[in-house]
Amino acid sequence: MDLSLSTRTVGDRTVVEVGGEIDVYTAPKLRECLVELVNEGNYHLVVDMEGVDFLDSTGLGVLVGGLKRVRAHEGSLRLVCNQERILKIFRITGLTKVFPIHASVDEAASATD
Amino acid sequence: MAIVELRFSALPEHVRTARLVASAVARKAGVDEQLLDEVRLAVGEACSRAVALHQRGGVDTPVRVELEESEKRFSIEVGDAVPSQAAVAAGDGGAAAEEDEDTGEMGLAVISGLVDDVEIVGGDGGGTIRMSWPLVGAPVR
Repeated sequence: MDLSLSTRTVGDRTVVEVGGEIDVYTAPKLRECLVELVNEGNYHLVVDMEGVDFLDSTGLGVLVGGLKRVRAHEGSLRLVCNQERILKIFRITGLTKVFPIHASVDEAASATD
Repeated sequence: MAIVELRFSALPEHVRTARLVASAVARKAGVDEQLLDEVRLAVGEACSRAVALHQRGGVDTPVRVELEESEKRFSIEVGDAVPSQAAVAAGDGGAAAEEDEDTGEMGLAVISGLVDDVEIVGGDGGGTIRMSWPLVGAPVR
C-alpha cells in the first residue's frame, strides 16, 4: 500500500487527509505536501490520520517538521487520530505533549488554543 | 529452531518488504497477534535506521535481517555494515533536512519504548539491533 494525500478547506483550516503507510519511503511525499501548503500561505493545518495504517519515526519527523514550519508563521498543526496503534507511537515518543490530537476533523477544525 | 534471512539493498522502498516478511514470519512462528504490530514497527524502525546509515556512510553492501524462531522466543536481528565510529559521525553530520536530524534517535526511542527485550551493539564491522518476543504458549520471561 502506498500513501494517499488529499487536501480540502474547512473554515479557516486546511485539512490534509492521509491514507496508507507513512514510512521512510513515503514520508518525503507527506513532507512535500506540508511544505507546499505552508509555502502557499496555509498556516493552520489539520492532518487527518484516520486512514493511516502504519506510521513510523520518519513520519513523526515529518509531522514535527510541519509543526515547526507553521509555528514560524504563528500557525497550528492539529492531528485527528482515534487508532490506538497509531496513538501509541505518539505516546511512547512523548509527542502527545507536542501535538494537539483530536477525535474528529470537526473538533480539530473548531479548536483554538 | 528455524531461520529466515533477508538481505536488501539499502533503499527506502525495501523497508516495507522487510516489515511484511518479518510480520509474516513472526505470525507463523506463533508470536501473539497483538504483538505483530510491534514487530512490524520495530523491524521497520531498525531497517530505516540501517538504510539511513548505509546511505549517509556511502556503504553499498545490503542491510541484513535475520528472523529466528527458537523454542520460546522469536528473535530479529537487523545488521548494518557501518562501523560504529562512522555511524556516530553520519548521525551527527548528515546533510539531512531539518526533520531528519532527530529521526534516527527517534527510531531508537520507538524501538526501546516498544520492545522489552532489545540490545543495540556497535562494532568495527557494523551495528546490530537484536530484539525478541515471546512465543504464544511459552512461559513469560
